[in-house]
Amino acid sequence: MPTFSREEIVHLGDLARIALTDEEITRLQGELNVIADSINEVQKVAGPDVQPTANPVPLEAYLRPDVAETPLTQAEALAGGPKTEAGMFVAPRIQE
Amino acid sequence: MAEKLMKFSEAVKKYDPVIGLETHVELSTNTKLFCPAHIEFGGEPNTQLTPVSLGLPGSLPVINKTAVDYAIKLGLALHCEIAEWSQFARKNYFYPDMPRDYQISQYDKPTNGNGYLDVELDDGSVFRVPIERAHIEDDAGKNTHIGGADGRIEGADHSLVDYNRAGVPLIEIVTKPIEGVGDRAAEIAGAYMRTLRDIVRALNISHARMEQGNMRADVNVSLRPSPSDPYGTRSETKNVNSFRGIEKTITYEIRRQAARLDEGKEILQETRHWDESTQTTAGGRLKTDADDYRYFPDPDLVMLHITKEHIAEIAAEMPEMPRERRNRLQKEWGLSDLQMRDIINADALDLIEETVKAGAKAAGARKWWLGELSREANKKEVSLEELPITPADVAEVEKLIASGKLNDKLAKQTVAGVLAGEGTPDEVVKKHGYKIVEDTGAIEAAVDEALAANPDVAEKLKSGNMKPMGVIIGAVMKATRGQADAKAVTKIVMSKVKG
Amino acid sequence: MTNATELVKLSAAEMAAKLKAKEVSSRELTEAHLAVIEKAEPTVDAFLKVAFESALAEADAFDAKNAKGETEGLPELAGVPIAIKDMIVTKGIETTAASKILEGWVPPYDATVISKIKAAGMPILGKTNLDEFAQGSSTEHSAYKTTKNPWDAERVPGGSGGGSASAVGAFEAPIALGTDTGGSIRQPGAFTGTVGVKPTYGGVSRFGAIAMASSLDQIGPVSRTVLDSALLHEVIGGHDKRDSTSIPREVPPVVAAAREGLKMDLTGLKVGLVKELSGDGFQADVEARFNESVKLLEGMGAEVVEVSCPHFPAALGAYYIIMPSEVSSNLARYDGMRYGLRVMPPAGVPQTAANMMAYTREAGFGDEVKRRIILGTYALSAGYYDAWYGSAQKVRTLVIEDFKNAFEKVDVLVSPTAPTTAFKFGEKTADPITMYLGDVTTIPANMGGVPAMSIPAGLGDDGMPVGFQFFAPQMQDEKMYKPAAALEAALENQWGGPIWNKLNTPWLAD
Repeated sequence: MPTFSREEIVHLGDLARIALTDEEITRLQGELNVIADSINEVQKVAGPDVQPTANPVPLEAYLRPDVAETPLTQAEALAGGPKTEAGMFVAPRIQE
Repeated sequence: MAEKLMKFSEAVKKYDPVIGLETHVELSTNTKLFCPAHIEFGGEPNTQLTPVSLGLPGSLPVINKTAVDYAIKLGLALHCEIAEWSQFARKNYFYPDMPRDYQISQYDKPTNGNGYLDVELDDGSVFRVPIERAHIEDDAGKNTHIGGADGRIEGADHSLVDYNRAGVPLIEIVTKPIEGVGDRAAEIAGAYMRTLRDIVRALNISHARMEQGNMRADVNVSLRPSPSDPYGTRSETKNVNSFRGIEKTITYEIRRQAARLDEGKEILQETRHWDESTQTTAGGRLKTDADDYRYFPDPDLVMLHITKEHIAEIAAEMPEMPRERRNRLQKEWGLSDLQMRDIINADALDLIEETVKAGAKAAGARKWWLGELSREANKKEVSLEELPITPADVAEVEKLIASGKLNDKLAKQTVAGVLAGEGTPDEVVKKHGYKIVEDTGAIEAAVDEALAANPDVAEKLKSGNMKPMGVIIGAVMKATRGQADAKAVTKIVMSKVKG
Repeated sequence: MTNATELVKLSAAEMAAKLKAKEVSSRELTEAHLAVIEKAEPTVDAFLKVAFESALAEADAFDAKNAKGETEGLPELAGVPIAIKDMIVTKGIETTAASKILEGWVPPYDATVISKIKAAGMPILGKTNLDEFAQGSSTEHSAYKTTKNPWDAERVPGGSGGGSASAVGAFEAPIALGTDTGGSIRQPGAFTGTVGVKPTYGGVSRFGAIAMASSLDQIGPVSRTVLDSALLHEVIGGHDKRDSTSIPREVPPVVAAAREGLKMDLTGLKVGLVKELSGDGFQADVEARFNESVKLLEGMGAEVVEVSCPHFPAALGAYYIIMPSEVSSNLARYDGMRYGLRVMPPAGVPQTAANMMAYTREAGFGDEVKRRIILGTYALSAGYYDAWYGSAQKVRTLVIEDFKNAFEKVDVLVSPTAPTTAFKFGEKTADPITMYLGDVTTIPANMGGVPAMSIPAGLGDDGMPVGFQFFAPQMQDEKMYKPAAALEAALENQWGGPIWNKLNTPWLAD
């Protein structure tokens, strides 16, 4: 039965790349434990013989012909970028 | 900090190395794996994007049929079981060059599983490398690091991101742990990579140029006291992008790990990097919780169904595999095993074959590519392919020799001209006015002059001692600026000394 | 009543007929709605963005075509204006999913449904409000504004598609598009006395629908009549090669089925009451209205039986694993790199790309979205995957089997659309669980991939609308349209007109 410790919420925040505030961590810890309790029941419903379903409608993949279509222009691609330079998107430094 | 290393011979005596290779091959499809953006090497940044490859909200992936066909081809060549149903999953992690912050890859249901590749070693023996899987996935964009030393990520102030490469299809070929390699670990890895490269090229599914990053490998190495022991902890050296680098990484890691084990230190499960400048691997990041990629089936894609008919269609189009081709060419060209291996080791098979196709004799083509041109490539530290001369050029030179228009010396000068960028062999010949001097009068005069200048040589020749003939020929060549034909000169000299 | 007021109260089908007869122009229709929007918005707050200029330009373009007789072959709704939930990408019109993280983003492409709507010459009035990234059941989680229920401005319009439902309910638009992941079209339909349809999963292209939970999301119609939804369904439905989950089939014949239903003859139809979707937690007046409607179905010749779908209760828990899992991955792309918000870390925190992403996402996402991302991140984590995500996918299998078994016995299933009528603002925001529990009736259709729709079934004791839900088998959407249209006609006969005759609309008065 999983319960959420404070450290766990902090770790999940790191994995999800959200700089949670202390107050949020406290609140989430409480809420997620309640939610977890109620959805834990799910584990008891299906036996080992039941196959999982990823997609509700059974389809097989359509395979697209390898033919090019008009791409976005560089201006269109960059238009939404919060920071751009020399036709590229700017990332802050990647290493610590 | 330099790490302690054990002597290689000692390391492989004390420990049994187990290696593994994860090779990424970039496919040469026209468009990306999940969207119809055209792929071109070296285009303007961020011009090869659709909403899908830029990861715009609302965009959805649709699988490229050619990428699947290429995966099946490789699967067949690697004797894999091709799954009737395979599945794409999301590998979730954040990185600035990832347009969706997840990679679409295959996880527990790859298209190709459980195959092998036979590789030929230097002594002619064959080693079977077991293949775990060959799955399809998409590539990320490219970061250019600004503000640090030599464009490295360390110390950079910021990075510029070009997403053109994002979505380019890759196949990742993962070997099973390769056991029983012993002191030939590096050789086997190198032979495996070259064989794989040759197959990929023969299938025409990738440009397979390591220097352009079309092919790169993660190299896993672990040691154990003996083959009956369980596997040791392995190190994973990421993105090694040359055959030599892969071989050296393996040798280095065996020596480094052996030294650590001898000192009773543990091997860390970590990712490392091969540093060409120091010829060492450097420790990277320890494997941690941060590697929790939260794989799950991509709900935007449904199961990939590969029918028997589809596989049969691809199988019918399979080209000759490199080993069969080598055997055939060796026979056609009448070469010994050793001669053939020299060609393979020099990476000259394709070039020689094309030169022969362009009209040259096999012996002539082989002589150029393994001789003069190999020396030139070594000098410039480039591959034969990268030399500014084509198989057609070499064939043209050979034709000029065969038709008696050039002698060996002029031919070499012509090739030098082509390498210097002066144009095709014809153009170089015209430019310099290279021509075998057929005017026997001029040659005779030069012979007379040479005999007169070297009376002692003339005497020896007269008495039937042919050894110093070269002195006279050399002098004649010098006088005619190399344009005389050596055979013709010899004839004239003989007639003069005897007459 | 002005002419404009009369116009906006027409059904979309009636507007289309007037356009065809050239009794009205698309410009007149569009201007009438834009005028209502201006008057109603201070009360209703249904729109995030009104596209005055482009809507009129689109209307004029249609009128020019119509004048030249070039509208042959266009869908019946050609020229009728429409509102679009801001979860659907519109080229040139800001699209935010009601999130701060996408503020100011103007897409360079159109969703497939938008291309179809533009091809049909239907002017786009604007983008409607929703819970941020469609995550919520009340539209209270919008980062921009709170949309009011036109029946009572102190009550929620439902969610996540409260904007589209209120806009249509308040006559700001005759029809609208919504997206439905766990009930986001149907529950707001129930709360606002409108019609809302979730087609079969894969029946309408998702290309250009901002993803919330990809295996559950579906675009669908919002309208005031069943026939209008059917007409819109046929405009937007059908196979799309840009969506791998799109079904390679023609749109089911839903318009014909709706017209057939208007004849009010249901002889031979077998209707199943879902046993598990009643009782505890259901308001008495909701159940009363539901039972009265069931009687009407019987009165038209339908045979009604009770059917058990034993795994429906578990569907809720499974949904709250699958949905946040997919959310956590689908919303990863909002990282401050390519579009939308970027927030640099505060002084003292290393100014790295990773921290930029973390502070951008902290500032750009609201509480509900963060809650779901964290929950989903957990559910997909190594070590818990099988227990959570794996189990939930198995429950999905069982829900699909429940539907299959049920549809072997009956043609359609029915239930109340929501256990309650519209609640008051703030009533459930403090307790996410009670908010989640309200989705118990709508979620099975998303888990099972089947079509479902809600139509108004009268008013509760609080004077708020009650919704009646139909479910049909996968890819047979037409099967629910017939009884829905029949029930709508029977109810209107009983009421002496549409439900909105009882709606107070001060914004329509001069």
